[in-house]
Amino acid sequence: MRTILIVAAKEFQDGVRNRWVAAISIMLALFAMGISYFGAAASGGVGFTSLSTTIVSLSSLAIFLIPLIALILAYDTIVGEEEQGTLILLLTYPLQRSQLMAGKFVGHAGIMALATLLGFASAGLMIAIFSPVVSMEELLSAYPLFVFSSILLGWIFIAMAYLISAVASEKSRATGLALAVWFLFVFVFDLALLGMLVATGGSVADELFSYLLLFNPTDIFRLLNLTSFEATRVQAGLVSIASDELMRPVVLIISMVFWIVIPYLLAVWRFKRRVV
Amino acid sequence: MTQDAIQLDEVTLRYGQVKALDGISLTIPRGEVIGLLGHNGAGKTTTIKLLLGLLSPASGAVRVFDTDPAHSPRAHELRRQIGYLPENLSFYPQLSGRETLRYFARLKGASPQEQNRLLQEVGLSHAADRRVKTYSKGMRQRLGLAQALLNQPKLLILDEPTVGLDPVATRDLYNRIDILKQQGTTVILCSHVLAGIEEHIDRAVILAGGRILALGNLDELRHAAQLPMHIRVRGSLPEEGWMSRIGEQGVSLERINGSQYLFTTPESEKIPLLRTLVKEPGVKDIEISEPSLEAIYTFFSSQWRM
Ligand SMILES: Nc1ncnc2c1ncn2[C@@H]1O[C@H](COP(=O)(O)OP(=O)(O)OP(=O)(O)O)[C@@H](O)[C@H]1O
Ligand SMILES: [Mg+2]
Repeated sequence: MRTILIVAAKEFQDGVRNRWVAAISIMLALFAMGISYFGAAASGGVGFTSLSTTIVSLSSLAIFLIPLIALILAYDTIVGEEEQGTLILLLTYPLQRSQLMAGKFVGHAGIMALATLLGFASAGLMIAIFSPVVSMEELLSAYPLFVFSSILLGWIFIAMAYLISAVASEKSRATGLALAVWFLFVFVFDLALLGMLVATGGSVADELFSYLLLFNPTDIFRLLNLTSFEATRVQAGLVSIASDELMRPVVLIISMVFWIVIPYLLAVWRFKRRVV
Repeated sequence: MTQDAIQLDEVTLRYGQVKALDGISLTIPRGEVIGLLGHNGAGKTTTIKLLLGLLSPASGAVRVFDTDPAHSPRAHELRRQIGYLPENLSFYPQLSGRETLRYFARLKGASPQEQNRLLQEVGLSHAADRRVKTYSKGMRQRLGLAQALLNQPKLLILDEPTVGLDPVATRDLYNRIDILKQQGTTVILCSHVLAGIEEHIDRAVILAGGRILALGNLDELRHAAQLPMHIRVRGSLPEEGWMSRIGEQGVSLERINGSQYLFTTPESEKIPLLRTLVKEPGVKDIEISEPSLEAIYTFFSSQWRM
Protein backbone atom coordinates (compact mmCIF):
# COMPACT_ATOMS: atom_id res chain seq x y z
CA MET A 1 0.00 0.00 0.00
CA ARG A 2 2.81 2.37 0.95
CA THR A 3 4.54 1.52 -2.30
CA ILE A 4 1.42 2.31 -4.31
CA LEU A 5 1.13 5.68 -2.60
CA ILE A 6 4.78 6.53 -3.29
CA VAL A 7 4.26 5.90 -7.00
CA ALA A 8 0.91 7.70 -6.98
CA ALA A 9 2.38 10.75 -5.27
CA LYS A 10 5.15 10.99 -7.85
CA GLU A 11 2.74 10.61 -10.75
CA PHE A 12 0.40 13.22 -9.32
CA GLN A 13 3.21 15.68 -8.62
CA ASP A 14 4.47 15.21 -12.16
CA GLY A 15 0.99 16.07 -13.41
CA VAL A 16 0.81 19.22 -11.34
CA ARG A 17 4.33 20.24 -12.23
CA ASN A 18 3.95 19.64 -15.97
CA ARG A 19 0.92 21.92 -15.77
CA TRP A 20 -1.32 19.09 -16.91
CA VAL A 21 -3.81 19.84 -14.16
CA ALA A 22 -3.84 23.54 -14.92
CA ALA A 23 -4.05 23.05 -18.68
CA ILE A 24 -6.92 20.56 -18.50
CA SER A 25 -8.89 22.62 -15.96
CA ILE A 26 -8.60 25.81 -17.93
CA MET A 27 -9.44 24.14 -21.19
CA LEU A 28 -12.50 22.42 -19.76
CA ALA A 29 -13.66 25.60 -18.03
CA LEU A 30 -13.31 27.74 -21.16
CA PHE A 31 -15.00 25.24 -23.44
CA ALA A 32 -17.76 24.61 -20.91
CA MET A 33 -18.52 28.31 -20.53
CA GLY A 34 -18.35 28.85 -24.26
CA ILE A 35 -20.70 25.97 -24.98
CA SER A 36 -23.18 27.01 -22.30
CA TYR A 37 -23.28 30.50 -23.70
CA PHE A 38 -23.16 29.88 -27.41
CA GLY A 39 -24.55 26.37 -27.43
CA ALA A 40 -28.09 27.44 -28.22
CA ALA A 41 -27.00 29.61 -31.13
CA ALA A 42 -28.50 27.15 -33.60
CA SER A 43 -31.96 27.57 -32.13
CA GLY A 44 -31.74 31.34 -32.32
CA GLY A 45 -29.65 33.83 -30.42
CA VAL A 46 -26.81 33.41 -27.98
CA GLY A 47 -27.05 33.41 -24.23
CA PHE A 48 -27.59 31.01 -21.40
CA THR A 49 -30.44 28.57 -21.94
CA SER A 50 -32.27 26.08 -19.80
CA LEU A 51 -30.33 23.70 -17.64
CA SER A 52 -31.34 20.67 -19.70
CA THR A 53 -30.02 22.17 -22.92
CA THR A 54 -26.86 23.24 -21.17
CA ILE A 55 -26.24 19.76 -19.78
CA VAL A 56 -26.83 18.18 -23.18
CA SER A 57 -24.29 20.52 -24.76
CA LEU A 58 -21.83 20.01 -21.94
CA SER A 59 -22.19 16.23 -22.21
CA SER A 60 -21.33 16.35 -25.89
CA LEU A 61 -18.33 18.47 -25.04
CA ALA A 62 -17.24 16.06 -22.30
CA ILE A 63 -17.62 13.05 -24.60
CA PHE A 64 -15.46 14.74 -27.16
CA LEU A 65 -12.76 16.11 -24.88
CA ILE A 66 -12.43 13.95 -21.80
CA PRO A 67 -11.57 10.65 -23.50
CA LEU A 68 -9.04 12.49 -25.64
CA ILE A 69 -7.42 14.15 -22.63
CA ALA A 70 -7.33 10.93 -20.61
CA LEU A 71 -5.78 9.01 -23.49
CA ILE A 72 -3.14 11.66 -24.09
CA LEU A 73 -2.38 11.79 -20.36
CA ALA A 74 -1.87 8.07 -19.93
CA TYR A 75 -1.27 6.29 -23.25
CA ASP A 76 2.51 6.09 -22.74
CA THR A 77 2.54 5.26 -19.06
CA ILE A 78 4.24 1.87 -19.53
CA VAL A 79 5.62 1.95 -23.05
CA GLY A 80 6.87 5.51 -22.59
CA GLU A 81 8.69 4.69 -19.40
CA GLU A 82 10.15 1.63 -21.10
CA GLU A 83 11.40 3.68 -24.04
CA GLN A 84 12.72 6.34 -21.71
CA GLY A 85 14.70 3.60 -20.00
CA THR A 86 13.46 4.14 -16.46
CA LEU A 87 11.13 1.14 -16.34
CA ILE A 88 13.88 -1.46 -16.18
CA LEU A 89 15.48 0.14 -13.15
CA LEU A 90 12.12 0.62 -11.46
CA LEU A 91 11.27 -3.05 -11.87
CA THR A 92 14.41 -4.09 -10.02
CA TYR A 93 13.12 -2.25 -6.98
CA PRO A 94 10.97 -3.92 -4.34
CA LEU A 95 7.86 -3.08 -6.28
CA GLN A 96 5.48 -5.49 -7.97
CA ARG A 97 4.25 -4.68 -11.42
CA SER A 98 0.68 -4.60 -10.18
CA GLN A 99 1.72 -2.11 -7.51
CA LEU A 100 3.44 0.08 -10.05
CA MET A 101 0.35 0.14 -12.19
CA ALA A 102 -1.96 0.74 -9.25
CA GLY A 103 0.19 3.64 -8.10
CA LYS A 104 0.23 5.18 -11.53
CA PHE A 105 -3.51 4.77 -11.85
CA VAL A 106 -4.18 6.45 -8.52
CA GLY A 107 -1.91 9.33 -9.58
CA HIS A 108 -3.45 9.76 -13.02
CA ALA A 109 -6.96 9.32 -11.68
CA GLY A 110 -6.22 12.06 -9.16
CA ILE A 111 -4.95 14.42 -11.86
CA MET A 112 -8.00 13.76 -14.01
CA ALA A 113 -10.43 14.14 -11.10
CA LEU A 114 -8.90 17.35 -9.83
CA ALA A 115 -8.70 18.92 -13.27
CA THR A 116 -12.26 17.95 -14.19
CA LEU A 117 -13.56 19.18 -10.88
CA LEU A 118 -11.74 22.51 -11.13
CA GLY A 119 -12.69 23.04 -14.76
CA PHE A 120 -16.35 22.12 -14.61
CA ALA A 121 -16.97 23.52 -11.15
CA SER A 122 -15.70 26.94 -12.17
CA ALA A 123 -17.83 26.79 -15.31
CA GLY A 124 -20.81 25.75 -13.18
CA LEU A 125 -20.26 28.67 -10.89
CA MET A 126 -20.24 31.05 -13.83
CA ILE A 127 -23.48 29.61 -15.13
CA ALA A 128 -25.10 29.92 -11.71
CA ILE A 129 -24.00 33.51 -11.34
CA PHE A 130 -24.66 34.85 -14.83
CA SER A 131 -27.50 32.76 -16.20
CA PRO A 132 -30.90 34.37 -15.78
CA VAL A 133 -32.71 31.09 -16.43
CA VAL A 134 -30.77 28.61 -14.30
CA SER A 135 -30.88 29.04 -10.55
CA MET A 136 -28.28 27.72 -8.15
CA GLU A 137 -30.72 25.16 -6.73
CA GLU A 138 -31.61 23.84 -10.14
CA LEU A 139 -27.98 23.62 -11.06
CA LEU A 140 -27.14 21.69 -7.92
CA SER A 141 -29.77 19.10 -8.79
CA ALA A 142 -28.09 17.87 -11.95
CA TYR A 143 -24.64 19.40 -12.20
CA PRO A 144 -22.87 17.32 -9.52
CA LEU A 145 -23.89 14.13 -11.32
CA PHE A 146 -22.53 15.59 -14.55
CA VAL A 147 -19.18 16.39 -12.95
CA PHE A 148 -19.00 13.05 -11.16
CA SER A 149 -19.77 11.07 -14.30
CA SER A 150 -17.26 13.16 -16.25
CA ILE A 151 -14.62 12.07 -13.77
CA LEU A 152 -15.68 8.44 -14.20
CA LEU A 153 -15.49 8.89 -17.96
CA GLY A 154 -11.94 10.15 -17.58
CA TRP A 155 -10.98 7.18 -15.43
CA ILE A 156 -12.44 4.77 -17.99
CA PHE A 157 -10.21 6.17 -20.69
CA ILE A 158 -7.20 6.17 -18.39
CA ALA A 159 -7.77 2.45 -17.85
CA MET A 160 -8.05 1.97 -21.61
CA ALA A 161 -4.89 4.01 -22.11
CA TYR A 162 -3.11 1.66 -19.69
CA LEU A 163 -4.23 -1.32 -21.68
CA ILE A 164 -2.91 0.32 -24.84
CA SER A 165 0.32 1.13 -23.06
CA ALA A 166 0.78 -2.41 -21.78
CA VAL A 167 0.06 -3.95 -25.19
CA ALA A 168 1.95 -1.61 -27.53
CA SER A 169 5.57 -2.46 -28.22
CA GLU A 170 6.47 1.09 -29.13
CA LYS A 171 5.29 4.51 -28.19
CA SER A 172 4.38 5.36 -31.77
CA ARG A 173 2.07 2.35 -31.89
CA ALA A 174 0.49 3.36 -28.64
CA THR A 175 -0.25 6.77 -30.15
CA GLY A 176 -1.97 5.14 -33.10
CA LEU A 177 -3.97 2.80 -30.90
CA ALA A 178 -5.05 5.65 -28.63
CA LEU A 179 -6.35 7.62 -31.59
CA ALA A 180 -8.15 4.53 -32.88
CA VAL A 181 -9.82 3.95 -29.53
CA TRP A 182 -10.92 7.55 -29.38
CA PHE A 183 -12.42 7.41 -32.89
CA LEU A 184 -14.11 4.14 -32.12
CA PHE A 185 -15.92 5.21 -28.99
CA VAL A 186 -16.54 8.83 -29.87
CA PHE A 187 -17.65 8.48 -33.51
CA VAL A 188 -17.55 5.07 -35.13
CA PHE A 189 -19.54 3.09 -32.61
CA ASP A 190 -22.54 5.42 -32.68
CA LEU A 191 -22.45 5.73 -36.44
CA ALA A 192 -22.39 1.96 -36.82
CA LEU A 193 -25.27 1.60 -34.41
CA LEU A 194 -27.22 4.28 -36.20
CA GLY A 195 -26.53 2.57 -39.49
CA MET A 196 -27.82 -0.69 -38.08
CA LEU A 197 -30.92 1.01 -36.78
CA VAL A 198 -31.65 2.48 -40.19
CA ALA A 199 -30.79 -0.71 -42.07
CA THR A 200 -33.08 -2.88 -39.99
CA GLY A 201 -35.82 -0.29 -40.32
CA GLY A 202 -36.55 -0.56 -36.64
CA SER A 203 -37.66 -4.18 -36.96
CA VAL A 204 -35.19 -5.34 -34.34
CA ALA A 205 -36.35 -4.68 -30.83
CA ASP A 206 -35.32 -1.38 -29.32
CA GLU A 207 -34.43 -3.43 -26.29
CA LEU A 208 -31.42 -4.93 -28.05
CA PHE A 209 -30.15 -1.58 -29.16
CA SER A 210 -30.38 -0.15 -25.72
CA TYR A 211 -28.18 -2.95 -24.43
CA LEU A 212 -25.70 -2.34 -27.22
CA LEU A 213 -25.34 1.18 -25.89
CA LEU A 214 -23.71 -0.26 -22.79
CA PHE A 215 -20.82 -1.37 -24.97
CA ASN A 216 -19.82 2.23 -25.44
CA PRO A 217 -18.85 4.07 -22.27
CA THR A 218 -19.50 7.44 -23.86
CA ASP A 219 -23.09 6.40 -24.52
CA ILE A 220 -23.48 5.29 -20.93
CA PHE A 221 -22.24 8.70 -19.90
CA ARG A 222 -24.73 10.39 -22.19
CA LEU A 223 -27.59 8.25 -20.87
CA LEU A 224 -26.65 9.02 -17.31
CA ASN A 225 -26.75 12.74 -17.87
CA LEU A 226 -30.09 12.74 -19.64
CA THR A 227 -32.09 10.64 -17.25
CA SER A 228 -33.10 13.61 -15.19
CA PHE A 229 -34.50 15.49 -18.16
CA GLU A 230 -37.53 14.02 -19.87
CA ALA A 231 -37.56 16.88 -22.35
CA THR A 232 -34.03 16.36 -23.52
CA ARG A 233 -34.50 12.80 -24.66
CA VAL A 234 -35.66 14.20 -27.94
CA GLN A 235 -32.48 16.19 -28.38
CA ALA A 236 -30.26 13.36 -27.36
CA GLY A 237 -30.33 11.50 -30.63
CA LEU A 238 -29.33 7.90 -30.43
CA VAL A 239 -29.69 7.42 -26.73
CA SER A 240 -33.36 8.32 -26.91
CA ILE A 241 -34.04 4.72 -27.86
CA ALA A 242 -32.80 3.41 -24.53
CA SER A 243 -35.33 1.53 -22.46
CA ASP A 244 -36.41 2.86 -19.11
CA GLU A 245 -34.85 -0.05 -17.27
CA LEU A 246 -31.45 1.05 -18.51
CA MET A 247 -32.04 4.63 -17.66
CA ARG A 248 -31.71 3.94 -13.95
CA PRO A 249 -28.64 5.87 -12.78
CA VAL A 250 -27.42 3.06 -10.54
CA VAL A 251 -27.27 0.64 -13.45
CA LEU A 252 -25.43 3.20 -15.54
CA ILE A 253 -22.93 4.09 -12.85
CA ILE A 254 -22.20 0.43 -12.20
CA SER A 255 -21.67 -0.07 -15.92
CA MET A 256 -19.19 2.77 -15.95
CA VAL A 257 -17.30 1.24 -13.04
CA PHE A 258 -17.11 -1.99 -15.00
CA TRP A 259 -15.62 -0.03 -17.85
CA ILE A 260 -12.85 1.11 -15.51
CA VAL A 261 -12.18 -2.22 -13.84
CA ILE A 262 -12.08 -4.51 -16.86
CA PRO A 263 -9.60 -2.61 -19.05
CA TYR A 264 -7.53 -1.95 -15.94
CA LEU A 265 -7.32 -5.61 -15.00
CA LEU A 266 -6.51 -6.55 -18.58
CA ALA A 267 -3.74 -3.96 -18.55
CA VAL A 268 -2.24 -5.41 -15.34
CA TRP A 269 -2.44 -8.89 -16.82
CA ARG A 270 -0.67 -7.83 -19.99
CA PHE A 271 1.93 -5.82 -18.11
CA LYS A 272 2.83 -8.82 -15.95
CA ARG A 273 3.57 -10.79 -19.09
CA ARG A 274 5.51 -8.07 -20.80
CA VAL A 275 9.20 -8.75 -21.39
CA VAL A 276 11.20 -5.64 -20.61
CA MET B 1 21.23 -21.28 3.85
CA THR B 2 24.27 -21.65 1.68
CA GLN B 3 27.36 -19.51 1.64
CA ASP B 4 26.77 -18.68 -1.98
CA ALA B 5 25.33 -15.41 -3.13
CA ILE B 6 24.54 -16.66 -6.60
CA GLN B 7 24.01 -20.03 -8.18
CA LEU B 8 23.37 -20.47 -11.87
CA ASP B 9 22.79 -24.03 -12.93
CA GLU B 10 22.77 -24.97 -16.64
CA VAL B 11 20.90 -21.82 -17.52
CA THR B 12 19.71 -21.28 -21.07
CA LEU B 13 17.75 -18.37 -22.41
CA ARG B 14 16.47 -17.39 -25.84
CA TYR B 15 15.11 -14.19 -27.29
CA GLY B 16 12.98 -15.65 -30.05
CA GLN B 17 15.51 -17.25 -32.41
CA VAL B 18 18.57 -15.85 -30.67
CA LYS B 19 20.12 -18.14 -28.10
CA ALA B 20 21.48 -15.59 -25.67
CA LEU B 21 22.64 -17.99 -22.93
CA ASP B 22 23.59 -21.56 -23.62
CA GLY B 23 24.14 -23.63 -20.50
CA ILE B 24 25.70 -21.25 -18.01
CA SER B 25 26.72 -22.72 -14.65
CA LEU B 26 28.32 -20.37 -12.18
CA THR B 27 28.54 -20.13 -8.41
CA ILE B 28 29.56 -16.92 -6.72
CA PRO B 29 30.29 -17.06 -2.99
CA ARG B 30 29.14 -14.29 -0.70
CA GLY B 31 31.55 -11.40 -0.45
CA GLU B 32 33.26 -12.04 -3.76
CA VAL B 33 33.95 -9.35 -6.32
CA ILE B 34 33.64 -10.92 -9.74
CA GLY B 35 34.34 -9.40 -13.13
CA LEU B 36 31.85 -10.33 -15.84
CA LEU B 37 33.60 -9.96 -19.16
CA GLY B 38 32.85 -10.75 -22.76
CA HIS B 39 32.38 -9.38 -26.24
CA ASN B 40 29.36 -7.30 -27.28
CA GLY B 41 26.37 -9.59 -27.30
CA ALA B 42 28.12 -12.25 -25.23
CA GLY B 43 25.23 -12.41 -22.78
CA LYS B 44 26.46 -10.30 -19.87
CA THR B 45 23.44 -8.06 -19.56
CA THR B 46 21.15 -11.02 -20.10
CA THR B 47 22.83 -12.84 -17.21
CA ILE B 48 22.35 -9.77 -15.04
CA LYS B 49 18.68 -9.52 -15.98
CA LEU B 50 18.24 -13.11 -14.90
CA LEU B 51 19.77 -12.35 -11.52
CA LEU B 52 17.41 -9.41 -11.14
CA GLY B 53 14.38 -11.51 -12.00
CA LEU B 54 13.59 -9.40 -15.06
CA LEU B 55 13.88 -12.52 -17.20
CA SER B 56 13.41 -16.15 -16.31
CA PRO B 57 15.45 -18.92 -17.91
CA ALA B 58 14.08 -21.29 -20.53
CA SER B 59 15.78 -24.10 -18.63
CA GLY B 60 18.08 -24.39 -15.66
CA ALA B 61 17.89 -22.70 -12.30
CA VAL B 62 18.77 -19.25 -10.99
CA ARG B 63 19.24 -18.61 -7.28
CA VAL B 64 20.23 -15.37 -5.61
CA PHE B 65 20.71 -15.76 -1.86
CA ASP B 66 18.83 -19.04 -2.19
CA THR B 67 15.85 -17.32 -3.76
CA ASP B 68 14.44 -17.59 -7.26
CA PRO B 69 14.52 -13.90 -8.24
CA ALA B 70 11.76 -14.20 -10.84
CA HIS B 71 9.15 -16.37 -9.18
CA SER B 72 9.74 -16.77 -5.48
CA PRO B 73 7.33 -15.01 -3.13
CA ARG B 74 10.45 -13.77 -1.35
CA ALA B 75 11.72 -12.08 -4.53
CA HIS B 76 10.20 -8.83 -3.31
CA GLU B 77 12.29 -8.95 -0.14
CA LEU B 78 15.34 -9.98 -2.17
CA ARG B 79 15.15 -6.84 -4.26
CA ARG B 80 15.58 -4.71 -1.17
CA GLN B 81 19.07 -6.22 -0.85
CA ILE B 82 20.21 -5.74 -4.43
CA GLY B 83 21.68 -2.58 -5.89
CA TYR B 84 21.75 -2.30 -9.66
CA LEU B 85 23.31 0.13 -12.07
CA PRO B 86 21.90 -0.55 -15.56
CA GLU B 87 24.02 -0.21 -18.67
CA ASN B 88 21.73 2.24 -20.44
CA LEU B 89 20.96 4.45 -17.55
CA SER B 90 18.26 7.07 -17.72
CA PHE B 91 16.17 8.97 -15.24
CA TYR B 92 13.12 11.20 -15.19
CA PRO B 93 14.43 14.31 -16.97
CA GLN B 94 12.06 16.69 -15.22
CA LEU B 95 13.08 15.69 -11.69
CA SER B 96 16.15 17.03 -9.91
CA GLY B 97 18.90 14.70 -8.75
CA ARG B 98 17.70 14.98 -5.18
CA GLU B 99 14.09 14.24 -6.10
CA THR B 100 15.14 11.29 -8.21
CA LEU B 101 17.14 9.78 -5.39
CA ARG B 102 14.31 10.49 -2.93
CA TYR B 103 11.84 8.60 -5.10
CA PHE B 104 14.07 5.56 -5.35
CA ALA B 105 14.96 5.76 -1.67
CA ARG B 106 11.30 5.74 -0.68
CA LEU B 107 10.66 2.72 -2.83
CA LYS B 108 13.55 0.93 -1.20
CA GLY B 109 12.83 2.13 2.30
CA ALA B 110 16.11 4.03 2.70
CA SER B 111 16.43 6.98 5.05
CA PRO B 112 16.68 10.65 4.00
CA GLN B 113 20.06 10.95 5.75
CA GLU B 114 21.37 8.18 3.55
CA GLN B 115 20.22 10.04 0.45
CA ASN B 116 22.18 13.13 1.39
CA ARG B 117 25.22 11.15 2.35
CA LEU B 118 25.19 9.31 -0.98
CA LEU B 119 24.74 12.51 -2.98
CA GLN B 120 27.79 13.84 -1.22
CA GLU B 121 29.81 10.68 -1.70
CA VAL B 122 29.23 10.55 -5.43
CA GLY B 123 30.06 14.24 -5.65
CA LEU B 124 26.67 15.53 -6.70
CA SER B 125 25.76 17.72 -3.73
CA HIS B 126 26.37 20.92 -5.63
CA ALA B 127 24.10 19.87 -8.50
CA ALA B 128 21.50 17.98 -6.49
CA ASP B 129 18.76 20.52 -7.04
CA ARG B 130 19.23 20.83 -10.77
CA ARG B 131 17.09 18.86 -13.15
CA VAL B 132 18.57 15.60 -14.33
CA LYS B 133 17.91 16.83 -17.87
CA THR B 134 20.79 19.26 -17.41
CA TYR B 135 23.24 16.62 -16.13
CA SER B 136 26.28 15.51 -18.07
CA LYS B 137 26.71 11.83 -18.88
CA GLY B 138 29.08 11.30 -16.00
CA MET B 139 26.81 13.11 -13.57
CA ARG B 140 23.95 10.83 -14.53
CA GLN B 141 26.23 7.86 -14.04
CA ARG B 142 27.11 9.15 -10.56
CA LEU B 143 23.45 9.50 -9.73
CA GLY B 144 22.94 5.96 -10.97
CA LEU B 145 25.67 4.81 -8.64
CA ALA B 146 24.06 6.63 -5.73
CA GLN B 147 20.75 4.87 -6.28
CA ALA B 148 22.50 1.51 -6.60
CA LEU B 149 24.12 2.04 -3.21
CA LEU B 150 20.86 2.90 -1.43
CA ASN B 151 20.06 0.70 1.53
CA GLN B 152 23.56 -0.84 1.64
CA PRO B 153 22.88 -3.73 -0.72
CA LYS B 154 24.26 -7.19 -0.03
CA LEU B 155 24.61 -7.72 -3.76
CA LEU B 156 25.74 -4.90 -6.02
CA ILE B 157 25.44 -5.36 -9.78
CA LEU B 158 27.23 -2.81 -11.91
CA ASP B 159 26.73 -3.02 -15.67
CA GLU B 160 29.52 -0.95 -17.24
CA PRO B 161 29.75 1.49 -14.34
CA THR B 162 32.75 3.46 -15.56
CA VAL B 163 31.20 4.59 -18.84
CA GLY B 164 31.30 8.37 -18.76
CA LEU B 165 33.13 8.63 -15.44
CA ASP B 166 36.23 10.81 -15.24
CA PRO B 167 39.49 9.21 -14.00
CA VAL B 168 39.05 10.44 -10.45
CA ALA B 169 35.48 9.21 -10.23
CA THR B 170 36.56 5.88 -11.71
CA ARG B 171 39.24 5.50 -9.06
CA ASP B 172 36.73 6.47 -6.36
CA LEU B 173 34.42 3.79 -7.65
CA TYR B 174 37.09 1.11 -7.50
CA ASN B 175 38.08 2.21 -4.02
CA ARG B 176 34.48 1.98 -2.98
CA ILE B 177 34.26 -1.53 -4.37
CA ASP B 178 37.27 -2.45 -2.22
CA ILE B 179 35.55 -1.03 0.86
CA LEU B 180 32.30 -2.80 0.08
CA LYS B 181 34.18 -6.04 -0.33
CA GLN B 182 35.68 -5.64 3.13
CA GLN B 183 32.14 -5.19 4.43
CA GLY B 184 31.12 -8.46 2.84
CA THR B 185 29.20 -7.15 -0.15
CA THR B 186 29.07 -9.35 -3.22
CA VAL B 187 29.84 -7.32 -6.33
CA ILE B 188 29.33 -8.17 -9.99
CA LEU B 189 31.32 -5.84 -12.16
CA CYS B 190 30.55 -5.99 -15.84
CA SER B 191 32.98 -3.99 -17.91
CA HIS B 192 34.78 -3.59 -21.20
CA VAL B 193 37.45 -1.42 -19.60
CA LEU B 194 39.83 -4.06 -18.31
CA ALA B 195 42.81 -1.89 -17.47
CA GLY B 196 42.57 -1.00 -13.83
CA ILE B 197 40.05 -3.56 -12.66
CA GLU B 198 42.39 -6.47 -12.11
CA GLU B 199 43.46 -5.41 -8.61
CA HIS B 200 39.86 -5.05 -7.57
CA ILE B 201 38.30 -8.32 -8.62
CA ASP B 202 38.70 -11.72 -7.00
CA ARG B 203 37.73 -13.70 -10.06
CA ALA B 204 36.77 -13.07 -13.63
CA VAL B 205 34.31 -14.93 -15.80
CA ILE B 206 34.64 -14.54 -19.54
CA LEU B 207 31.51 -15.13 -21.58
CA ALA B 208 31.37 -15.65 -25.32
CA GLY B 209 28.34 -16.47 -27.39
CA GLY B 210 26.27 -17.29 -24.34
CA ARG B 211 28.78 -19.76 -22.86
CA ILE B 212 31.43 -19.50 -20.20
CA LEU B 213 34.81 -19.42 -21.89
CA ALA B 214 36.94 -19.13 -18.79
CA LEU B 215 36.48 -18.68 -15.07
CA GLY B 216 38.95 -18.19 -12.28
CA ASN B 217 41.18 -15.77 -10.44
CA LEU B 218 43.88 -14.01 -12.37
CA ASP B 219 46.59 -16.55 -11.60
CA GLU B 220 44.40 -19.42 -12.65
CA LEU B 221 43.45 -17.68 -15.85
CA ARG B 222 47.06 -16.82 -16.63
CA HIS B 223 48.02 -20.38 -16.02
CA ALA B 224 45.26 -21.73 -18.20
CA ALA B 225 46.11 -19.30 -20.96
CA GLN B 226 49.80 -20.27 -20.85
CA LEU B 227 50.68 -16.78 -21.92
CA PRO B 228 54.38 -15.91 -22.04
CA MET B 229 55.60 -13.20 -19.70
CA HIS B 230 58.01 -10.41 -20.35
CA ILE B 231 61.18 -9.70 -18.43
CA ARG B 232 62.90 -6.43 -19.15
CA VAL B 233 66.55 -6.24 -18.27
CA ARG B 234 68.67 -3.11 -17.98
CA GLY B 235 72.41 -3.44 -18.09
CA SER B 236 74.68 -5.53 -20.23
CA LEU B 237 74.69 -9.22 -21.00
CA PRO B 238 77.47 -11.31 -22.55
CA GLU B 239 75.67 -11.74 -25.81
CA GLU B 240 76.95 -14.94 -27.38
CA GLY B 241 76.49 -17.07 -24.30
CA TRP B 242 72.93 -15.96 -23.72
CA MET B 243 71.70 -16.23 -27.24
CA SER B 244 72.88 -19.79 -27.54
CA ARG B 245 71.19 -20.90 -24.27
CA ILE B 246 67.87 -19.37 -24.97
CA GLY B 247 66.18 -21.01 -27.90
CA GLU B 248 66.02 -24.47 -26.32
CA GLN B 249 63.89 -23.49 -23.33
CA GLY B 250 61.25 -21.60 -25.25
CA VAL B 251 62.70 -18.30 -24.15
CA SER B 252 63.29 -15.58 -26.69
CA LEU B 253 65.39 -12.49 -26.39
CA GLU B 254 65.11 -9.21 -28.12
CA ARG B 255 67.68 -6.49 -27.81
CA ILE B 256 65.88 -3.18 -27.52
CA ASN B 257 68.98 -0.97 -27.43
CA GLY B 258 72.50 -1.00 -26.13
CA SER B 259 71.50 -1.43 -22.51
CA GLN B 260 68.00 -2.97 -22.60
CA TYR B 261 66.88 -6.48 -23.35
CA LEU B 262 63.44 -8.01 -23.43
CA PHE B 263 62.98 -11.68 -22.62
CA THR B 264 59.77 -13.47 -23.47
CA THR B 265 59.40 -16.65 -21.50
CA PRO B 266 56.81 -19.28 -20.71
CA GLU B 267 55.69 -19.27 -17.09
CA SER B 268 57.57 -22.47 -16.33
CA GLU B 269 60.93 -20.91 -17.26
CA LYS B 270 60.44 -17.72 -15.33
CA ILE B 271 62.19 -18.69 -12.11
CA PRO B 272 65.17 -20.52 -13.67
CA LEU B 273 65.71 -17.57 -15.98
CA LEU B 274 65.54 -15.08 -13.13
CA ARG B 275 68.04 -17.10 -11.09
CA THR B 276 70.55 -16.94 -13.88
CA LEU B 277 69.92 -13.28 -14.57
CA VAL B 278 70.43 -12.29 -10.94
CA LYS B 279 73.89 -13.85 -11.01
CA GLU B 280 74.95 -11.84 -14.06
CA PRO B 281 77.25 -9.04 -12.92
CA GLY B 282 76.29 -6.72 -15.80
CA VAL B 283 72.53 -6.71 -14.92
CA LYS B 284 71.44 -3.50 -13.19
CA ASP B 285 67.66 -3.87 -13.09
CA ILE B 286 65.02 -6.51 -13.81
CA GLU B 287 61.39 -5.69 -14.46
CA ILE B 288 58.83 -8.47 -14.72
CA SER B 289 55.47 -7.89 -16.35
CA GLU B 290 52.87 -10.59 -16.08
CA PRO B 291 50.23 -10.84 -18.77
CA SER B 292 47.53 -8.28 -18.08
CA LEU B 293 43.86 -9.10 -17.77
CA GLU B 294 43.50 -7.54 -21.16
CA ALA B 295 46.04 -9.95 -22.64
CA ILE B 296 44.33 -12.90 -20.98
CA TYR B 297 40.99 -11.73 -22.22
CA THR B 298 42.29 -11.27 -25.75
CA PHE B 299 43.78 -14.74 -25.67
CA PHE B 300 40.54 -16.44 -24.64
CA SER B 301 38.47 -14.38 -27.03
CA SER B 302 40.70 -15.30 -29.95
CA GLN B 303 40.30 -18.97 -29.03
CA TRP B 304 36.54 -18.61 -29.23
CA ARG B 305 36.56 -17.03 -32.66
CA MET B 306 38.46 -20.03 -34.01
N1 LIG C 1 15.51 -7.75 -25.96
C1 LIG C 1 16.18 -8.53 -26.80
N2 LIG C 1 15.56 -9.09 -27.86
C2 LIG C 1 16.25 -9.91 -28.71
N3 LIG C 1 17.53 -10.22 -28.57
C3 LIG C 1 18.20 -9.71 -27.53
C4 LIG C 1 17.57 -8.83 -26.60
N4 LIG C 1 18.48 -8.48 -25.67
C5 LIG C 1 19.63 -9.10 -26.02
N5 LIG C 1 19.47 -9.84 -27.13
C6 LIG C 1 20.50 -10.67 -27.76
O1 LIG C 1 21.03 -11.54 -26.78
C7 LIG C 1 22.43 -11.64 -26.92
C8 LIG C 1 23.10 -11.24 -25.61
O2 LIG C 1 22.87 -9.87 -25.37
P1 LIG C 1 23.38 -9.11 -24.08
O3 LIG C 1 22.68 -7.80 -24.02
O4 LIG C 1 23.25 -9.99 -22.90
O5 LIG C 1 24.92 -8.89 -24.43
P2 LIG C 1 26.04 -8.15 -23.60
O6 LIG C 1 27.06 -9.16 -23.27
O7 LIG C 1 25.48 -7.39 -22.47
O8 LIG C 1 26.63 -7.16 -24.69
P3 LIG C 1 27.19 -5.66 -24.57
O9 LIG C 1 28.62 -5.77 -24.19
O10 LIG C 1 27.05 -5.12 -25.95
O11 LIG C 1 26.37 -4.93 -23.56
C9 LIG C 1 22.80 -10.78 -28.12
O12 LIG C 1 22.90 -11.60 -29.23
C10 LIG C 1 21.63 -9.84 -28.27
O13 LIG C 1 21.46 -9.51 -29.63
MG1 LIG D 1 25.41 -5.43 -21.96
